[in-house]
Amino acid sequence: MLSFIRKRSLSSLISLIGLVVLVFFLSRLTGDPAALFLPVEASAEMKQQFRELHGLNDPLLVQFGRYVGNVVTGDLGESLRKARPALGVVLEAFTWTLWLAAITMSLVTVCAIVVGSLAAFRSGGFFDRFSSMISLIGASVPDFWLAIVAIVVFSIQLAWLPTSGTGSVLHWILPIGVLFVRPFGIIVQVVRGSMIGALSSAYVKTARAKGVKAGPIIFVHALRNAMLPVVTVLGDQAASLLNGAVIVETIFGFPGVGKLMIDSILQRDFNVVLAAILVTAIAIFLMNVLIDLAYALLDPRIRH
Amino acid sequence: MADHLLEVRNLSVDFFTAAGVVNAVRGISYHLDRGETLAILGESGSGKSVSSAAIMNLIDMPPGRISSGEILLEGRDLLTMAADERREVNGRRIAMIFQDPLSHLNPVYTVGWQIREAMTTHGMAQAQAEAEALRLLGRVGLPEPENAMGKYPHEFSGGQRQRVMIAMALALRPDLLIADEPTTALDVTVQAEVLGLLKELQRETGMGVLIITHDLGVVAEIADRVVVMEKGVLVESGSVRDVYKNPTHPYTRKLIAAAPGKGDMHRPVEKAEPLLVVRDVRKRFGAFEALKGVSFDLAAGETLAIVGESGSGKSTLARMLLRLDEPDAGTAHWKGRDLFKLSPAELYKLRRELQMVFQDPTQSLNPRMTVYQLISEAWAIHPDILPKAKWRERVAELLVQVGLSADLMGRYPHQFSGGQRQRIAIARALALEPRLIVCDEAVSALDVSVQAQVIRLLDQLRRDMGISFIFIAHDLPVVRDFADYVMVMRKGEVVEMGTVTQVFDTPREAYTRALFAASLDPDPDVQAAHRAARLERAS
Repeated sequence: MLSFIRKRSLSSLISLIGLVVLVFFLSRLTGDPAALFLPVEASAEMKQQFRELHGLNDPLLVQFGRYVGNVVTGDLGESLRKARPALGVVLEAFTWTLWLAAITMSLVTVCAIVVGSLAAFRSGGFFDRFSSMISLIGASVPDFWLAIVAIVVFSIQLAWLPTSGTGSVLHWILPIGVLFVRPFGIIVQVVRGSMIGALSSAYVKTARAKGVKAGPIIFVHALRNAMLPVVTVLGDQAASLLNGAVIVETIFGFPGVGKLMIDSILQRDFNVVLAAILVTAIAIFLMNVLIDLAYALLDPRIRH
Repeated sequence: MADHLLEVRNLSVDFFTAAGVVNAVRGISYHLDRGETLAILGESGSGKSVSSAAIMNLIDMPPGRISSGEILLEGRDLLTMAADERREVNGRRIAMIFQDPLSHLNPVYTVGWQIREAMTTHGMAQAQAEAEALRLLGRVGLPEPENAMGKYPHEFSGGQRQRVMIAMALALRPDLLIADEPTTALDVTVQAEVLGLLKELQRETGMGVLIITHDLGVVAEIADRVVVMEKGVLVESGSVRDVYKNPTHPYTRKLIAAAPGKGDMHRPVEKAEPLLVVRDVRKRFGAFEALKGVSFDLAAGETLAIVGESGSGKSTLARMLLRLDEPDAGTAHWKGRDLFKLSPAELYKLRRELQMVFQDPTQSLNPRMTVYQLISEAWAIHPDILPKAKWRERVAELLVQVGLSADLMGRYPHQFSGGQRQRIAIARALALEPRLIVCDEAVSALDVSVQAQVIRLLDQLRRDMGISFIFIAHDLPVVRDFADYVMVMRKGEVVEMGTVTQVFDTPREAYTRALFAASLDPDPDVQAAHRAARLERAS
């Protein structure tokens, strides 16, 4: 098991190094940072000064070497707007996003597995058709529309929940509720399909011949076998939340990494943008390692 | 009169399919007592597994429906029992083992867990179940039972997995064990061991055994009485000996007549100039030595049978000869040229002379191509054989040659039975006018009556067209009917090679004799004699 983790982490590391290279050169491809950052009317002198200050006059490879050295030591530069280390700014926002993603995905996982499994158990029945309809709607509703409708209904009409910002538990309900819908709809479908296959398998027949009750047949025998494709899609969906749910975070004024990224791009705060990309990338790599681990835990044939 | 342990009365089961209602089983009745073994004998589609699925409550409804009948377990009807009570019967009073233990064991739980569950699900305490599971694994003869408890199904061999299934089924000492083709997927020697184990356990526990099989040999070896089923109807029943010696129903007679291994053996003439000369072929997969230097000759119009158990290297050898796999060492000269050294371009030209027919025609025929497309594809790849204008005519000829009707060429593989599909696969191989056809277990998956037809077809092709065959099989009676020469393999080595009469009548090696001893004869008297001889050797 340990060697499996080591191998998997090592191969992730290679992709991560590739990403650092890519991020650096992409940021230089978009143009002269001095021209982009400073106002249009800035004088040549000011630009020169800016370049001196940030070492932009050195050869590209020297700059790259310095950048890599800084990344390794955890120094991702200052935020040009906030005059604080960019990494600190990003980590602060990322913590918010991480919580949002973790809570949403936990709810999605539990709900989708229960609903999908029950739908599969009596496939073609009333509950199956009902849940198929719900999940289809959930998977196709656009989130910006849902967010606005949710605000109109729950915050303005009913006045139960705050429209935006943070501060209390109530502030979390609408963002989580809106983010929940799409992954839930998608994953219910995956669980259902995968469970129908597992429930018609030979080992389920054996379990029935042993006299095992319906509950353990579904949730012990079939579910663990059906989880592999589910875990794959779960990872996919979780990754898109970790990226920062840009639209939902913006609508609800949620200080997550998605909103930070948009703001920083608009303000040309490159160090923050680069740091945000790097941090979310590392998070997604870590999550992929976790997913591979989950595979190995679920299926002994992968472990061996 | 006391109730039978199990009595099935006038049972009918229907399935609702897209094509309409299928009466899978129609009004069948049979019974079984304690300590007795009843065999249900039938070919695919006979409905032989349906009644046992009904006994175990394993029929999904819908699409299935039990339209009439009773299933009495000591006088109580299982079909009218309350759901919870019915579930308690499974595992506790009736248990079941299946044909393919790999797919019937849950791949993600240890075998110890799965055996324990059979007991804990009926209320036994964890610790007691643990101890009992360990005892059972030892009882069914698994090596190192303590170690085995923590292993997963894929870490065992086929025979060991079936032993695990048996341990699981017998955990609560059921009154009735249903065994659905329990040894069909196993090697002959393993089959003999597993059947022996079942008999032994039956003597110990006094349970009734209901065994479902297509194999007359299995019936002769293990059953007291037999019922024969054809197309959902029970056509004959009686003691095994009576049914075998004096079959009354024409279908039973046909089934017994089709059993292989009774005709005259081939007597090959003196060796002609060899077409294929194979010398010292070796192959390893990592640390595993699959082939340890295999050599043989094959002349035109000859059939060489390669027999051996799983892991003997027989399929690996076949794959190398067709260059589907690369050998590590050795030569294989085909008409004087070494097959192993051909460039891809040369190989492409030679491919048409060497064809293969695989075990499972359902998998080896592309389901989205019509029979016409499947067969004519060969000419699209090798355009010099036949101009396109003649394709249709030639496909028709080939279909007739393999015993199918020419107007079937527009159909898809799923519209045919297993035997017909294998004929299509043979027609496809013949399309290239090959000189050598390698058959890898090509008749193993077929019913006996179909098997006999396919063997006759292959033998006729051999005689009429002078095609050579390499015939890989584990079923010795089939080999006896078809081969000129027999090569017995074990663990990558040739144990014995000779003419079919020599190998079958006077086997030289102990391993060959062991193989024959384990092979089951459809005649219950012969089989009883084998059994007695085996016991004598053992004591």
